[in-house]
Amino acid sequence: MSTPLIEMDNIEKHFGPVIALGGVSFNVMEGECHCLLGDNGAGKSTFIKTMSGVHKPTKGVMRVSGQDVVFDSPRDAMEAGIATVYQDLAMIPLMSVTRNFWMGREPRKSFGPFKWIDFKHANQVTMDEMSSMGINLREPEQAVGTLSGGERQTVAIARAVYFGAKVLILDEPTSALGVRQTSNVLATIDRVRKAGIGVIFITHNVRHAMAVGDRFTVLNRGQTHGTAKRGEIKPEELQDLMAGGQELAELEGSLGGTI
Amino acid sequence: MSDERLKQVSAIRRAMIRPELGAICGTILVFVFFFMIAGDSGMFSPEGVQNWGVVSAQFAIIAVGACLLMIAGEFDLSVGSMIGFAGVVIAILSVHWGLPVWVSIIAAFVVCVALGALNGFLVIKTGLPSFIVTLAFLYILRGLTIWLSILTTRQTIIGGVKEAAEGDPLAWLFGGVILKDLFQWFGDIGIIDTFTRGSRMGQPVVEGVPMLVLWAIALIIFGHWLLTKTRFGNWIFASGGDAQAARYVGVPVNRVKILMFMFTAFCATVFATCQVMEFGSAAADRGLLKEFEAIICVVIGGALLTGGYGSVIGAALGALIFGVVQQGLFFAGAESSLFRVFLGGILIFAVIMNTYIRRMITGER
Repeated sequence: MSTPLIEMDNIEKHFGPVIALGGVSFNVMEGECHCLLGDNGAGKSTFIKTMSGVHKPTKGVMRVSGQDVVFDSPRDAMEAGIATVYQDLAMIPLMSVTRNFWMGREPRKSFGPFKWIDFKHANQVTMDEMSSMGINLREPEQAVGTLSGGERQTVAIARAVYFGAKVLILDEPTSALGVRQTSNVLATIDRVRKAGIGVIFITHNVRHAMAVGDRFTVLNRGQTHGTAKRGEIKPEELQDLMAGGQELAELEGSLGGTI
Repeated sequence: MSDERLKQVSAIRRAMIRPELGAICGTILVFVFFFMIAGDSGMFSPEGVQNWGVVSAQFAIIAVGACLLMIAGEFDLSVGSMIGFAGVVIAILSVHWGLPVWVSIIAAFVVCVALGALNGFLVIKTGLPSFIVTLAFLYILRGLTIWLSILTTRQTIIGGVKEAAEGDPLAWLFGGVILKDLFQWFGDIGIIDTFTRGSRMGQPVVEGVPMLVLWAIALIIFGHWLLTKTRFGNWIFASGGDAQAARYVGVPVNRVKILMFMFTAFCATVFATCQVMEFGSAAADRGLLKEFEAIICVVIGGALLTGGYGSVIGAALGALIFGVVQQGLFFAGAESSLFRVFLGGILIFAVIMNTYIRRMITGER
């Protein structure tokens, strides 16, 4: 097997006396969608923030394409090709799609000391990238606020991919979405994966994970319960692992298996 | 490419979501209104135009700064006090200490822009609302201005700047008048009335275009270009729209906000310098309530109080409406206190309109 795009080896993160992550190992291969499941408080957020350079691990080693790395800031992670798309902070609704797409990396033209944004180029690229993701914009100047939640996630994903992300971390991209929008986002994940990008899909919805995941890792109370390949594990087992087994199994019995 | 849905955006809707729309309509209405009630009062004679033109330009200068700062998501309530402070600094340095006027002007700019940076720094570092931080500076600067003025000259009005500024190159840049020859020619051929008696006999009643107006136009063009065409402008929108989301994609939000506080202070100092050069004196109570008037211009211009949306052109039109109405009521012989009633009314109306437009943009119900 080839080297993973990103590898987290026995990562620990302590916040004072609290052990948020107690030795988590995780990796993503090229063109793979690795789902990270866990209930609220399981340590998912801490883990992705460690991967994206917001937190520094207390112990453990991170490797990008086999090389040991230490990220001092989110910027370092971005430069190493690791892009994170946050659930509700992906886009600024009052700004146009183009302005959002290029935010922080605006293409510029210049004349003497004057520099300005090359809107013609920016709009063209935005339209092209969006249509390659299956979103037909009316116009690139339309405000992101007019897009649906799923489309906003897709714009954010398209942006990350266009700017050369090798690993895409998606923080609960589907948790606030309706059924149709969710399937759009899942289709986008599939498309991105086929382009050779490693996707880390964080969710607590087992069905969404099963729909696109190649591998599944469950995080519970800062520990992993191992990684399973697609086809090796049933949805019910994942659900049990997330909840820590036992109690949910009992509850499920009394609720008639609806959770 | 599939833009077959392009036609679905109606022209009206597109115009509706432009931030300047309200201000454009307001400007037209205001002009029509005063044409009807004060058309024959001299309001639209060259002198009249100069009268409200200068007042509007004054509002525009501070509105441009307030506009960019508001779009970046912050307020500056210390603008008015800053105007008084900058004026007194210039007067004390030039008249009382005898420094050249150009040195005093540069010193005032340096001190005020540094105070703007301090405002911004405190807002960023403490995480407090800029409303509170700059409210503190509203009092601190006003108090300091009066104290400094009384300490050095035993009075709150410091005169004699005009004499000191005679022939000073930088003073002309703020208090001068251009296109004098053109206006003299207008006078000679009868477009503009000329004085018929006194020492200025034969000169046109409107001497030329005051530098103040030029400053206003230059700041409006600069602000509009910066905001809509440049990378930094995109960062201004982003910082006000959602600071955290902007930080995640690498926008230096803190730097943008601090620079906007500095720019607002710069605009206040331009205002103060022009005023000192025009009157030939500085007074500790100058600039009272200007911070609110600037914010009203910006809001009439379509900017959202919550940041992330607005237009410099809109703010400039807001300033024009403001100036025309304030002077127009005078020309129409109306009770001048009614101006405040008008101001409050139009403010409420503008905010309601803006909120509605924001809902249209973001699709909120």
